[in-house]
Amino acid sequence: MPDRNETLRQIGISSAILAAFAIAGSALLGLTEDNTREQIAANEEAFLNRSLNQVLPEDRHDNDLLADTLEVPGDELLGTADPVTVYRASKQGRPVAALFTVVAPDGYSGDIRLLVGVNYDGTLAGVRAVAHRETPGLGDAVEVDRSDWILGFAGLSLKNPTQEHWRVKKDGGHFDQFTGATITPRAVVKAVKKALLYFEQHRDELFMSAKTDAEHG
Amino acid sequence: MASYSDIARDGLWKNNPGFVQLLGLCPLLAVSNSLVNALGLGLATIFVLVTSNVIISLIRDWVQPQVRIPVFVMVIAATVTAIELIMQAKLYELYKVLGIFIPLITTNCIIMGRAEAFAAKNPLPKALADGLAQGLGFSAALVLLGIMREILGQGTLLHNAHLLFGEGARDWTITLISNYDGFLLAILPPGAFLGLGLLIALKNDIDRRMAQRAAQPATAGQPVDSAA
Repeated sequence: MPDRNETLRQIGISSAILAAFAIAGSALLGLTEDNTREQIAANEEAFLNRSLNQVLPEDRHDNDLLADTLEVPGDELLGTADPVTVYRASKQGRPVAALFTVVAPDGYSGDIRLLVGVNYDGTLAGVRAVAHRETPGLGDAVEVDRSDWILGFAGLSLKNPTQEHWRVKKDGGHFDQFTGATITPRAVVKAVKKALLYFEQHRDELFMSAKTDAEHG
Repeated sequence: MASYSDIARDGLWKNNPGFVQLLGLCPLLAVSNSLVNALGLGLATIFVLVTSNVIISLIRDWVQPQVRIPVFVMVIAATVTAIELIMQAKLYELYKVLGIFIPLITTNCIIMGRAEAFAAKNPLPKALADGLAQGLGFSAALVLLGIMREILGQGTLLHNAHLLFGEGARDWTITLISNYDGFLLAILPPGAFLGLGLLIALKNDIDRRMAQRAAQPATAGQPVDSAA
C-alpha cells in the first residue's frame, strides 16, 4: 500500500505530464493561429467583398464598401435585434446604394440571412441568400447557384409590384414559389419587402453621414 | 500483434467504424446528405485520425495510465483546432459548408476509440496504418451514404464540387435524373438512418454469403468453383 508521500508524488507527476501537454498543445495552436491569422482575415474579407459585388457590381461604385460602413440598431423590419452593418456605395461622392443583411426568421428550418442591396432611388440592386438551412433540393433554390429565382428581385421596388403584391403567387402576389416549397420563398419575399420598407423610412439617415465619409473614398 | 493486412481489413471491412463499430454516427448521419460534404468531412476525419494516432503512439510510454484519457482529449482537441484553422485559411469555402462539423470531430467517438483501443498499445507505423485504415473505412461509409442520399434526394452527384476541388470543378455536377422533383426523405435525417440501415444490412448479407461459401466443404486442395 503506497504511503501518503508516494501518493502525493504520483499526483505531482501526473500534474506535470498534463501541464506539459497543455503547454505543448497551446504552443501548437498559438503557432498555427499566428500563421493562419492573416490568410483567414483575407479570406473573410474576400468572401464579404464577393458577396457585396454580386449584389452591386463593382463598376457601379468607386468607394471601398468595407471602409464605408454604418452600424444601425436592430429593427423589426430588419428581422433582428442585433446591430446591422450597412455598407454604403457611392460614386464620385454621390450615394449609389446601401447594402445590408436582413434576417427572414420564418424559413422552413430557421433563419435565412439575406444580403439586400437597395439603390438610392428605392429600387432593389439585388438580393442574395448568404446563410440558410433550407432543405437541399427544395428550399435551397434561394441560392443563386441553384436557381435564378433570387435574381428576379433586381429592379423591383415597393411600387413595382405594389405593396399588396409583395407575396408569392399562391398567396395572390407577384412572386413564383418553388415546386414543393412555398415556405422558403414566402419568408424571403416578406423579408425583402420589409428591408425596402426599412430603407424607405431610414434612407436619409443611411446616407447622411455617407456624404461626409465619402470624401475619403 | 496485428499484421498490416489485419489492420487494413479491420478498418475497411471487418470492423468498419461506420458499418460495424457504429462509432461517429453524428457526423456520419448529419453530413452524408451529399457526396461533396461526405468527402470533405471524410478527408478531415482521416487527417485527424492519423495525426492523433501518431501522436498518441509516440507518447504512449510516457503517459501514466491514470492521466491518459485527459492527455488524449487534449491531443485530439489541439489537433482538431489546428486543422480547423488551417482549413479556414486554405479551404475557406468548404470550411463554411462543413461549419460546426469540424469542431465536432473532437468528440467523434472513432478518434478516441482508436486512440484508446489501438494507438496507445502499438508502435508508430502500426498506429499510423490503423489511423489510415479506420479513417478510410469511415470515409467509405460516409461517401457511400452520401452518394446514395444525393442520387435519391436530388438526382445529382458531385453538386457543389467546387467547394472541395476549386472553381474549375464548378461544372462537375452530374445530373443523373433531369427534372427530378427530389425525394425529400433521402435528404432529411430519417433518410440517413434508413440509408445507413440498408447499407449495414447489405454488408451483413455479403458477410453471410462469404461465410457460407467458406463453409462449403472444399475437396482436398481444390478451390471451390461455385458455391451456388
